[in-house]
Amino acid sequence: MDWLHFAVFTLILFAFVISGVLFFIWYERRGLGRFQMRPGPNRAGPFGLLQPVADAIKVLLKEDIVPTLADKPVHFLAPLVAFVPAMAVFAVIPFGDGALLADLNIGILYIMAISSVIVIGIFMAGWGSSNKYSLLGAMRTIAQEVSYEIPLVLSILGAVMLAGSLSLNDIVKAQDVPFVLLQPLGFLIYMTAALAEINRTPFDLLEADSEIVAGFQTEYSGMKFGLFYLTEYAEALSVSAIASTLFLGGWSGPAFLPGFAWLIIKIIAVFTFIIWVRATFPRLRIDQVMSFCWKFLLPLALINLVVTAVLVLSGLNDSPWIAIPFNLLLAAVLIVGLSRQFRTGGGHAST
Amino acid sequence: MPPLKHFGEGLLRGLKITARHLGRKWITVQYPEQKLTMSRRVRGTDIIWDRESCISCRACERACPVGAIKMEVSRGEDKKLKTDDITVDLGLCIFCGLCIESCPTGVSIYIGYNYANTTYRCTHCATDKSGTSPSNGHCGELIRSNDELLPNDAVRPRSGYYRPERAGELPPQTLLVYQTTYGEDRRRKKESR
Ligand code: SF4
Ligand code: SF4
Repeated sequence: MDWLHFAVFTLILFAFVISGVLFFIWYERRGLGRFQMRPGPNRAGPFGLLQPVADAIKVLLKEDIVPTLADKPVHFLAPLVAFVPAMAVFAVIPFGDGALLADLNIGILYIMAISSVIVIGIFMAGWGSSNKYSLLGAMRTIAQEVSYEIPLVLSILGAVMLAGSLSLNDIVKAQDVPFVLLQPLGFLIYMTAALAEINRTPFDLLEADSEIVAGFQTEYSGMKFGLFYLTEYAEALSVSAIASTLFLGGWSGPAFLPGFAWLIIKIIAVFTFIIWVRATFPRLRIDQVMSFCWKFLLPLALINLVVTAVLVLSGLNDSPWIAIPFNLLLAAVLIVGLSRQFRTGGGHAST
Repeated sequence: MPPLKHFGEGLLRGLKITARHLGRKWITVQYPEQKLTMSRRVRGTDIIWDRESCISCRACERACPVGAIKMEVSRGEDKKLKTDDITVDLGLCIFCGLCIESCPTGVSIYIGYNYANTTYRCTHCATDKSGTSPSNGHCGELIRSNDELLPNDAVRPRSGYYRPERAGELPPQTLLVYQTTYGEDRRRKKESR
């Protein structure tokens, strides 16, 4: 009955992702509102809950405009190329012990590989629109996402080493103590790099509305724009899900709630953090983004990787009461130490 | 060793500030249902003219230092002056109030402080020839809806600027800096009790 499992689980996943995205759109807009001391959308339905539905209907009814000079097949395919991988990532996220579409033994590798394809979709959008703003945004994305992939993978490797497996289900099962305590630095690096990967503030250079109109989305309208919008939030959902699975213990938690409920609670917590970051930080310049990745995050991730390897080999990580304070201290020392070497020439410059 | 800073503590400070904003009350209001109190010192947002009481003496037009008022006056069959058209260019108006002081009837032109300065196309009220709006019957122009056009001087809303004797009773200006967090509110209530 393999096909039945696949069919049913795919349907469940679709429902989960679509409803998750709708909820996230509402949650982010309300949350940002609260951070900015305003109510946020509150007219459509109770608490504005129907706002995403209203948005979706509006987007569906819009005219689909294709620029005359556009590379039409590319312009048409780009939203799909971006959307499908964002969706496919959820295939390996465990919602409970073994409750996942496909328990790949290389789950995390699969996620990394699949989610890199989204960049291609975005670049296709920028190229196919034949618009300078689209292309500018797309170029920035390529530069940024290819760079941030490296610290991202390195930070995940810490968790993988601790668990000794690439399967997400095994990683969850290996977390007697959530890895965020054993890998605080890895978690921070992962969150930073993931924010850059999914192009959220402060790394939202590709659609920086105040500089380049809407970046790669400039020439998109109607359902294609809707797909990009969906992709953006599906990515945010997947990043929150991966962070909860890798570092926060995934579906495991006290038994009074079922596993998927714990996962959803953790996803919402991580997403709240993402909104918090968005409400706080201004956008970085592209050179700052790049130097931050290569000069700060990458060395930090490498050191973290080596230190974690030593800790795993020496068996220190087996006794959490020593390992947790040690790791927290280590993270603080490394961050402070490395930031003394790292200067972007921003507000704090004292060359 | 230099002091321990520049490790991204600015980021933490920023996060702390936004987190504190979470508990604050909204500083925006839900406009059609709620309105902010207009300052008692506001000089006005609108010039409102009353056709019924105007005697077409053109005193206001002459008094206006910036020439914002344009009137067309003609003598009707009964030898009475009547106003054919009056326009007030609110882009020019400096809300000095000289037109009001100069008006011999005292109530024909005044500064309103409407919340919404809505205008309608004249065609929307083509049937309404007896209305009191300026430019009524002159189609193709934007006309103003003067919802404050009340005949009685006493009930006509005016800002405190023009009624110093009543200004004290008006609600104070809504200053957004008065907004506090829920926690601070509760503490203050407890202290005042
Ligand atoms: S308030 Fe002053 S500037 Fe405005 S119309 Fe009257 S006289 Fe002219
Ligand atoms: S001063 Fe008063 S009465 Fe004279 S024209 Fe102006 S509004 Fe009419």
